[in-house]
Amino acid sequence: MQTDLIQEARRQAEVCNACRYCEGYCSVFPALHAKRAFSDGDITQLANLCHNCRGCYYACQYTAPHEFALNLPQALADVRVDSWESHAWPGGLGKIFQRNGVPIALAALIGFALLFMIARAFGEEGGERYYSVVSHGLLVAIFAPAFLFPLFAIGVGLRDYWKTVGGEKVRLAHVTQAFGAAANMKNLKGGHGDGCNFEDEDRFSHARRAAHQLTMYGFLLCFAATCSGTILHYVFDIQGPHGLFSLPKLFGLPGGVLLAFGTAWMASLKLKSDPELAAQNAWSGEMAFILLLFFIAMSGLALFVAGSSAVMPTILALHLGAVLAFFLLTPYTKMAHGFYRLAALVRDAQSGR
Amino acid sequence: MQTDPDIVVIGGGNAALCAAMTAAEAGARVLILETAPKPYRGGNSRHTRNFRCMHSGPHGPLVESYSEEEYFADLLKVTAGKTDEHLARLAIRTSEECLPWMIEHGVRFQPSLSGTLSLARTNAFFMGGGKSLVNAYYRTAAKLGVEVLYEAAVTHLELEGDKITRVDFTYEGQKKSLSPKAVVVASGGFQADTDWLTRAWGEPAKNFLIRGTPYNRGIVLADLLDQGVESVGDPTQCHAVAIDGRAPKFDGGIVTRLDCVPFSIVVNKDAQRFYDEGEDTWPKRYAIWGRLVAGQPDQVGYVIIDSKSLNLFMTSVFPPLKADTLEDLADMMGLPPDKLRATVDEFNAACGDDSNFHPTELDNVATTGITPAKTNWARPINEPPYYGYSLRTGVTFTYLGLKVDDHAQCSTASGPIQNLWAAGETMAGSILGQGYLAGFGMTIGTVFGRMAGREAANYAN
Repeated sequence: MQTDLIQEARRQAEVCNACRYCEGYCSVFPALHAKRAFSDGDITQLANLCHNCRGCYYACQYTAPHEFALNLPQALADVRVDSWESHAWPGGLGKIFQRNGVPIALAALIGFALLFMIARAFGEEGGERYYSVVSHGLLVAIFAPAFLFPLFAIGVGLRDYWKTVGGEKVRLAHVTQAFGAAANMKNLKGGHGDGCNFEDEDRFSHARRAAHQLTMYGFLLCFAATCSGTILHYVFDIQGPHGLFSLPKLFGLPGGVLLAFGTAWMASLKLKSDPELAAQNAWSGEMAFILLLFFIAMSGLALFVAGSSAVMPTILALHLGAVLAFFLLTPYTKMAHGFYRLAALVRDAQSGR
Repeated sequence: MQTDPDIVVIGGGNAALCAAMTAAEAGARVLILETAPKPYRGGNSRHTRNFRCMHSGPHGPLVESYSEEEYFADLLKVTAGKTDEHLARLAIRTSEECLPWMIEHGVRFQPSLSGTLSLARTNAFFMGGGKSLVNAYYRTAAKLGVEVLYEAAVTHLELEGDKITRVDFTYEGQKKSLSPKAVVVASGGFQADTDWLTRAWGEPAKNFLIRGTPYNRGIVLADLLDQGVESVGDPTQCHAVAIDGRAPKFDGGIVTRLDCVPFSIVVNKDAQRFYDEGEDTWPKRYAIWGRLVAGQPDQVGYVIIDSKSLNLFMTSVFPPLKADTLEDLADMMGLPPDKLRATVDEFNAACGDDSNFHPTELDNVATTGITPAKTNWARPINEPPYYGYSLRTGVTFTYLGLKVDDHAQCSTASGPIQNLWAAGETMAGSILGQGYLAGFGMTIGTVFGRMAGREAANYAN
């Protein structure tokens, strides 16, 4: 962790602790006000609890040009991104991807797409539809480790995080509370229920919360589609492509639409928001992550539309390439935020406030 | 605006915005002239946090009830009777209907802040504090068609007979003039003008800190007083509190407060105690300590506590000085070490049984045989490390202001000025003769701001 970032966040937290006007906005302030002094772990926890709703910034009488120069959203965002980078395993990978998303995501996309084109050249003859492009065996050989490895890496990072923030034994009630807060994005509601400040300075709106929820639920539906397809394949020996009223399609179609719409909205909101209130030099990494999700959603939907036409293999390669990149980069990109945010919410639930 | 606006509102804080919104809702074309640049808009309202509100039952964020009589009795206590009962009761009575109005105009409230539970019944806290209130009002005002010029410094109001005929101001480096039908002055007191403060207070005022905006220099107030507009209030009276001596000269706001006095001894620069530190709980005493410190040499006090009291009060934004011996602490604070030692020894010897010590209640744990006595929370200062803070006088706003009637209208000796109204700190001296009641400034600003806006619009339409 970078001590100068933590020290700056600590300086600002101490001003906040003497003011307390923002107590009602989100979970960060009650957690902050419960302390008299802030360890590095405390600051890391506060940083991951912060959803960057920016309410505190626009309400703050101590923002620059005031000599106290508070910008808590940015100070916490800097610590937060730094904490993902430094907890990422293996070390160093987070530093490459968190802040340099655009070129790397593109490179990964093209690389993986090429890989699949090659795979197609060696693909089995005679498979049904998708498997005529990439054989099922090859798919599993690539995606099983590509899925399991990031999960393992995230687990290592989270264990490290839990140690840093002094987490206690997790009980079901903590998890329930944390998932509840994430499920309705309580911390982007602004305490008063008017939403957060993002795309238009101090105007409160639910736009960002809505865009985030479309993205999150869209993603989860897509993930459910994948899982149900896998279960159908292995448990019931029903192989894709599935009919319109099959579980994978019922999850995947609306999921893809929500994800596409959510990420597009998120990207447009991000273009309007003030980058000075976000982590320094992380904009391109974050935007690349949003666009990668958008690409996955759109290519997935395109695949559905393309059916068995001639462009299908190309789209499939691009789609699978993007999915593979997404899985592999999960611990090292903005995607990590979901896991750390949940961990922070669980930790906060343990405080019993 | 193509032509002159109907109403010019001078100032950009709570009272000005309440006046502007009310007038605009009544159909008037309103222009706000705010001296401050946009990041500093809102005057002292930026630093406020709550609104003291009468209520007959649970009301928005407020619990139980707070009657007109109780509210007025609280005001009488802090002002020692120096108030205008008619105007005070008007403000108090109207406060109840203001709360829903504030919500309609974008203000959001939150439960009483941690450490302020004693105010949960009487004071409604703004979510995010006063700057968020100001932001919400500017948004609402814009929707109502109110125009705002920032860094527009009014220099003169031309009073001809019983009317204001011209408003002069500078904007973008140029002198400009407007001739609106009506004017609302809501540009605060004069506390940021150190020279004026020094004329009123004498030399000590040079050492005062100004807790709020540096833009309240009383330019419009002085201009109107010079032209014979009637004034009210004593120029030496102001809302002044004891704050951390390391606070910035201007705009330190809430974070510079220091809540540790009741658990301390406070000495002057000669290391002598000068007042009962435990007379009452701090929210009831912080204002008189502003004056007490102002009366000491160099207008500075030094707060000494020991380690057992460190966690009994809210943290200050500046960490305390810390030393293992009193002598070292005295050196760090520039106090005579032997004298501080003697004062502490004498104080410690006067402390008795402190087994009933209770940090949040008057506990009658008192000294015996010393002057001044400490009548509550008197525990010996004897557990190192020792901690020290300096205390200075922090002025919030001055009370000398424009005299208004119960329609917020200003007057000269020969009668009301037809088209001039005042609201907020610039006329608060009409109600606050001395002392201060937390959250009452926002009540006066909201009540009289709305009134001034309504009256001005009636006149202009």
